[in-house]
Amino acid sequence: MNHALSHSNRLDATFAALSDPTRRAILARLANGEVSVMDLAKPFSMSQPAISKHLKVLERAGLISGIKDAQKRLRKIEAKPLAEATEWLENYRKFWEGRFNQLDSLIEELKLSKQTSPKRKNKKGE
Amino acid sequence: MSFIGTLKVEAKGDRELVMTREFDAEKNLVFDCFTKPELIKRWLYGPDGWTLDVCEVDLRVGGKYRYVWMFLKDGSTMGAGGTYKEISGPDKLVHTESFDEPWYPGEALLTTTFVEKSGRTYVTINVLYETKEGRDLVIKSPMEGGASQSYNRLETLLNTITLEGKK
Repeated sequence: MNHALSHSNRLDATFAALSDPTRRAILARLANGEVSVMDLAKPFSMSQPAISKHLKVLERAGLISGIKDAQKRLRKIEAKPLAEATEWLENYRKFWEGRFNQLDSLIEELKLSKQTSPKRKNKKGE
Repeated sequence: MSFIGTLKVEAKGDRELVMTREFDAEKNLVFDCFTKPELIKRWLYGPDGWTLDVCEVDLRVGGKYRYVWMFLKDGSTMGAGGTYKEISGPDKLVHTESFDEPWYPGEALLTTTFVEKSGRTYVTINVLYETKEGRDLVIKSPMEGGASQSYNRLETLLNTITLEGKK
């Protein structure tokens, strides 16, 4: 990947945008389809300007975009940058998941050997 | 695919990564698997083709641990270690982590908690990096397995962050 820099800048913007619970909730809402700014503001105990501020951050990160609509200002989610961010996390997750699956197997083994072997010293009930 | 729990990984704030997973055992046993060298060696050996060659644990506050992994193919090694800051077995473990060949700046502070519910143990590992750059480097390092972009993962992320947002 040669466009690493722009890539990592994009990633930074994505994570920064995702670091706020209100913005995450907005994204989750948009994941189900396009929503107008007015409707977006409804579930939040926040003014529309405050919501608009959050939308600007999300837009700058490329996570959402506006749709030209004469009547309402619709917003929709942009999957690509978010997918990029999830891909990085997914790599990390896969790495650890492998290890933890090995731990599952070990735990099963240990539980079996506990059942079959004579009682060893076992500190319990502290 | 027959794993017990699904591993969840989230970036939190600027400098943290949080991993959560459940295991089908009581916390005493899971805690042992995280702290006893003979057990650690049997699962923390990394992706296929690696072994955990050296595993030394001095489980006291101020005590150190040391891991050295070996890549079987070419015999190359990777070492890491740190110091235990807090040990409240079998509920909580706090230790630092740094690699011999630092691939992220500074050291990380790992806080691992073990919560038992109806015979299962819920493990949360919070990794706090010294810098935002360090955290991001770790996220961005190609560990293994290229992940294909899919709406499923996007959905998973969104579900995760929605749940988190409701707290």
